[in-house]
Amino acid sequence: MNGWTGRPAPGGPGAGERGTGGPDGLGEDYLDGNALAGPLSEVFLIDMTSARGRCDSCGAVSAIAEARLYVNAPAMVLRCPSCSGVLLRVRRDGGQAVLDLRGFSYLTIDLG
Amino acid sequence: MGIISSGFQGRRNRDDPGLPPGQHRAEDFPVLSAGPTPRIARADWEFRIVTETGTSRHWDWAAFLALPQEDITADIHCVTSWSKLGTHWRGVALDTLFDQIETTARFSLVHSYGGYTTNVPLADLLGGKAWIVHQFNGADLPSEHGGPARLLVPHLYFWKSAKWVRGLELTGEEIPGFWETNGYHAHGDPWREERYG
Repeated sequence: MNGWTGRPAPGGPGAGERGTGGPDGLGEDYLDGNALAGPLSEVFLIDMTSARGRCDSCGAVSAIAEARLYVNAPAMVLRCPSCSGVLLRVRRDGGQAVLDLRGFSYLTIDLG
Repeated sequence: MGIISSGFQGRRNRDDPGLPPGQHRAEDFPVLSAGPTPRIARADWEFRIVTETGTSRHWDWAAFLALPQEDITADIHCVTSWSKLGTHWRGVALDTLFDQIETTARFSLVHSYGGYTTNVPLADLLGGKAWIVHQFNGADLPSEHGGPARLLVPHLYFWKSAKWVRGLELTGEEIPGFWETNGYHAHGDPWREERYG
């Protein structure tokens, strides 16, 4: 439905805040994307945190390490540092990893 | 024995009968956050219901507070395995809001400020099962817990009780929401451990 399903607009709530601790002390409880190195190393043979991805929501390109990772949630959620749109979700379900990459238009991965 | 397992009978935690299977008791109120916390002023807040025919009804904050208010005591169960028993809320029953709605839809997609969504069948919202709440333990609901107002559907896992709620989209077909598209269960009954789809 128009006006409901869109992601937060650039500059919208939460945009521009970094690290933990928002202006009202409640905190925006996220880490940088480097914290995904461990979980993604279970799936990929190379370090994915240096991979650069294009946000399918706003078009901004950033490294996974530069994005914002929310971990206090039913799955880890990586969000675009420009528009807060969801880039990636990953969770463990027993012996499986469930990886959702639909928030990226594409990923550029340095193969060395 | 029969083919229906004990899980379908409301299997209880052996150590604590108040807890669904796989849950533990939390004394604090953990804050889960999958994204930035929206800061919505009450003056800007609006809740609306849009039916399957496109007709809609909306309430601003004053109109919402003018509706009959109910006090609710309920146990809540998070899919990450904590449960908090005997929580106290105040708000408006979905039955009250639906008094003014004509629909034959079977499902709803709940929309929140910030873009979060979750799908809930209407059968789980009506009949005294769900509320839009704006107070917790006698105080205004803080933004980290979903204020100004959140959905409360305590008989389902707490991801269904959408924070920062702004409306319901009524649909004939079930449309998966934020966690449901990530493999979480479409329904989410904690007594049946409906965690994953």
